[in-house]
Amino acid sequence: MIRVVLPAHLRTLARVDSEVRLDVKGEITQRAILDALEARYPMLQGTIRDHGTLKRRAFVRFFACEQDLSHDSPDAPLPDAVATGAEPFLILGAMAGG
Amino acid sequence: MSKVRLLVGTRKGAFILTSDGTRKQWDVSDPHFAGWEMYHLKGSPVEPSRIYASQTSSWFGQIIQRSDDGGKTWHQPGTPPGEPTTTPDGMPKGESNKFVYDTSPETGKPLTTHQHYDGTQRPWEFKRVWHLEPSLTDPDTVYAGIEDAALFRSSNGGQTWQELSGLRDVKGSLWQPGAGGMCLHTIVQDQSNPRRIYIAISAAGAFRTDDGGMTWRAINRGLKSKYELPDSDAEVGHCVHRIAMHPTHPNVLFMQKHWDVMRSDDAGESWYEISGNLPTDFGFPIDVHAHEPETVYVVPIKSDSEHFPPDGKLRVYRSRTGGNEWEALTNGLPQRDCYVNVLRDAMAVDSLDPCGIYFGTSGGQVYGSADAGDSWTPIVRDLPAVLSVEVQTLP
Repeated sequence: MIRVVLPAHLRTLARVDSEVRLDVKGEITQRAILDALEARYPMLQGTIRDHGTLKRRAFVRFFACEQDLSHDSPDAPLPDAVATGAEPFLILGAMAGG
Repeated sequence: MSKVRLLVGTRKGAFILTSDGTRKQWDVSDPHFAGWEMYHLKGSPVEPSRIYASQTSSWFGQIIQRSDDGGKTWHQPGTPPGEPTTTPDGMPKGESNKFVYDTSPETGKPLTTHQHYDGTQRPWEFKRVWHLEPSLTDPDTVYAGIEDAALFRSSNGGQTWQELSGLRDVKGSLWQPGAGGMCLHTIVQDQSNPRRIYIAISAAGAFRTDDGGMTWRAINRGLKSKYELPDSDAEVGHCVHRIAMHPTHPNVLFMQKHWDVMRSDDAGESWYEISGNLPTDFGFPIDVHAHEPETVYVVPIKSDSEHFPPDGKLRVYRSRTGGNEWEALTNGLPQRDCYVNVLRDAMAVDSLDPCGIYFGTSGGQVYGSADAGDSWTPIVRDLPAVLSVEVQTLP
């Protein structure tokens, strides 16, 4: 089971109050997780990645295992710890301001 | 007794302010969609309990929200709480924030490009919904004015959206963003002619359709933009800030342009200036009295770079002569040290008698007048910066 942590605003939109657990088939990649997340919570479509291009929105970041994976290919395999559910896949709003 | 409901969009949430018809005591709601930019909220004229809202964020993009109970509860159209989030075929329903521009049916490529600040051509790229305009006749039909500038329509209560892309045929390649972005911010429907709609774009100008949105033409003759355009009376490219119409005089339009307050008596075919004795003719909002079609309101702002009232005095100006002769309305408004702005969608009039007028400021104040502008009181003083104010007059 894949664990996904959403930022507060997206938890409100998805009406969840803690981390999300997803059953993701096949290789565990950013795209596979986001496809599964949006299928289960369609109200999140367009909020993490663009509706049309499916590119990550500029101010959204993906972290896991203390690494910033935001600039990795959406089809690159994620760390084993994410795939096994030992670590969550974190979706965050980028830091802004000072 | 009648009631009044103000829908206030701010940089950090939406607020609903309610009063009875005396408009003396107001209840202020807790924030809706706290933390999000609420560009605009507007109720359906035919079903006032239905309210559409544009919720947006630099981080998480665009959300459309709808209430069917006067703002008590909200949902994303097509994704109501408690219902399946997919169709029987397993397709996600979450398309209420899907604004996809039309593409060429032959090539699949963008229909056209527009000018960027540096003079290069860029394809249209969706950024946000600035304005939502519910149909005058059908609560399920609503128009969205978006950035990059285009007009979209939903016929199913905001669940899905389609572009009315004929608008971009009107020299779209020459449009370019103003400082605030290339946004379609004004949508005015003609009550006497359901197929006629006016829109305005910064910085492209004003446009009209007479066939329900299929085809459009520019209506900018008479506009002068000598400091903004190399050809001061170009067909497109003018920075129109807002257009207002009285429903009983649909051929008479009032416009606050970047500079100049303008008027048309022929449905936009030609415009002439009515700035008259205003202390400055720069500004954003313009509105018309609910019962007096020749009574017009503007809020003069010092200049295009100094977005605050001249002399630190917040003054609404009223013309009872359809323009040119303006009187300052100051009773109850701060007359010193006031340096707020009033944005284009942040003024509204109710339909009670006497007519009520409301506006919100970048300083978070919402002022109201229950006597057509003769006197003003702050309804609330400390909201986040106000982006939009709409009013519903309820039985």
